[in-house]
Amino acid sequence: MARLISLTLLLGTWWLVSLLVGPQMLPGPEKVLGAIVAHARTGDLFFQLGVTLARVLAAFTIAMVAGTAIGLLMGRVELANRIGDPWLIVLLNLPALVIVVLAFIWGGLTEIAGVLAVAINKLPNTVVTVREGARALDSGLDEMARVFALPRRKYMWHVVLPQLGPYLAAAGRSGLSLVWKIVLIVELLGRPNGIGFQIGVAFQLFDVTLILAYALAFVAVILVIETAVVQPIERRASRWRIRTT
Amino acid sequence: MRLAGEFGQLEVRIAHKVFTSASGERFEVLRNIQFRLGRNEVAALVGPSGCGKTTILRIIAGLENDFEGTIGRPLSGKLGMVFQEPRLLPWRTVEDNVGLVAPSITRETLASLLKDLDLEAHRGHYPGELSLGLARRVALARALAVEPTLLLLDEPLVSLDEALALRLRDQLAALIESRPITTLLVTHDLEEAVRLANRIFLLSARPAQIVAEIPLNTPRSARSEREVARIIGEIASRMNDRSS
Repeated sequence: MARLISLTLLLGTWWLVSLLVGPQMLPGPEKVLGAIVAHARTGDLFFQLGVTLARVLAAFTIAMVAGTAIGLLMGRVELANRIGDPWLIVLLNLPALVIVVLAFIWGGLTEIAGVLAVAINKLPNTVVTVREGARALDSGLDEMARVFALPRRKYMWHVVLPQLGPYLAAAGRSGLSLVWKIVLIVELLGRPNGIGFQIGVAFQLFDVTLILAYALAFVAVILVIETAVVQPIERRASRWRIRTT
Repeated sequence: MRLAGEFGQLEVRIAHKVFTSASGERFEVLRNIQFRLGRNEVAALVGPSGCGKTTILRIIAGLENDFEGTIGRPLSGKLGMVFQEPRLLPWRTVEDNVGLVAPSITRETLASLLKDLDLEAHRGHYPGELSLGLARRVALARALAVEPTLLLLDEPLVSLDEALALRLRDQLAALIESRPITTLLVTHDLEEAVRLANRIFLLSARPAQIVAEIPLNTPRSARSEREVARIIGEIASRMNDRSS
């Protein structure tokens, strides 16, 4: 109920402001919705959404898998941490724009260069979070696994991963939103399609309606992913926790 | 160093075990601990708390490698261990916790093991939903599920209320009785040691050394209340003699 009121309030404010500043600067909600529907009819919207979403998922997957592996290693092996730490600090502090531009210069205006640039932007963030998780692993359970000679795969799956769960969820949550923002920069600078490219075109035409239509359509997609995929996974992973309280 | 012992035997020879504290201080925890257990023997290590009993178990289990001496573990077969805290996986059910370490266990064996320990009703529960006594029993079920040839028990009954401890002790006795296992038990409770073991090693305070070995020749089930009380009294007076 509170959510609904808050959402209505947001739409109301938007509508009021659009009346004040005029539709040139801020078109009202009904105009943006109309643009979304129109572009959806031609199929163009779904194509651009799909292209962007594919890039987001590819970059996100690469960053999460590689980041988890590196974070685990750095959290558990002191030498790896000492070697990896300076790299991590450099990567953490490189602006996204620099990484994207360099990736396109070195790798050409290709799909691979674009996706990798996004993944590299997200990577250090995942490493830092997972490293924290790896440092907090329960040594008592480790010893239990050693005494009972649990095979490596079982150890990872049943002992380590569940403990990393909250850290992976945190990295994933912030990751999805970070990744999609950087994907838009990549598309704006060096791809011939996707939401970012379309927003670039709209920017040149000063078409605020189109900019908002594409941006909000993608936010809706992320919302659907959040409620239909992320939350059910989280509920399943924390089954044991809910019942204890 | 770890060697393979003779069939079904545990051979412990620890010359020294030294710990270095955070401030760089070195102190000796164990000195000249030597004993050998045959197949089916149940031995208890009894001594003042903090004397290093748990360290002996950890060395035998292979969790401490920095010591002088050798450990010969049973040539074939697995190791089962019950830690002082249950150390169950909170995100797995009772059944999964037990089954995980013993992938080849059949459904029937698992069911009968849970039944022996009165855990049937809890097989679908998560460890967070269990009392300490129940969690201890699950840990015991897990150790037995691997069908170990060597079973290490670290204060398996500590901090349980008396009635529960008594019941679990009898269950434990029955379970090791019915299996070909060499068992080493660490406890500070003399009665527990006398009820369960057929050999008792008395340890001194730090650095722990074996000060006496007491064989109990009457079979476990045939030990009368009086006899148990007599042996406990005997051991207690011996321990007092040493400390005075």
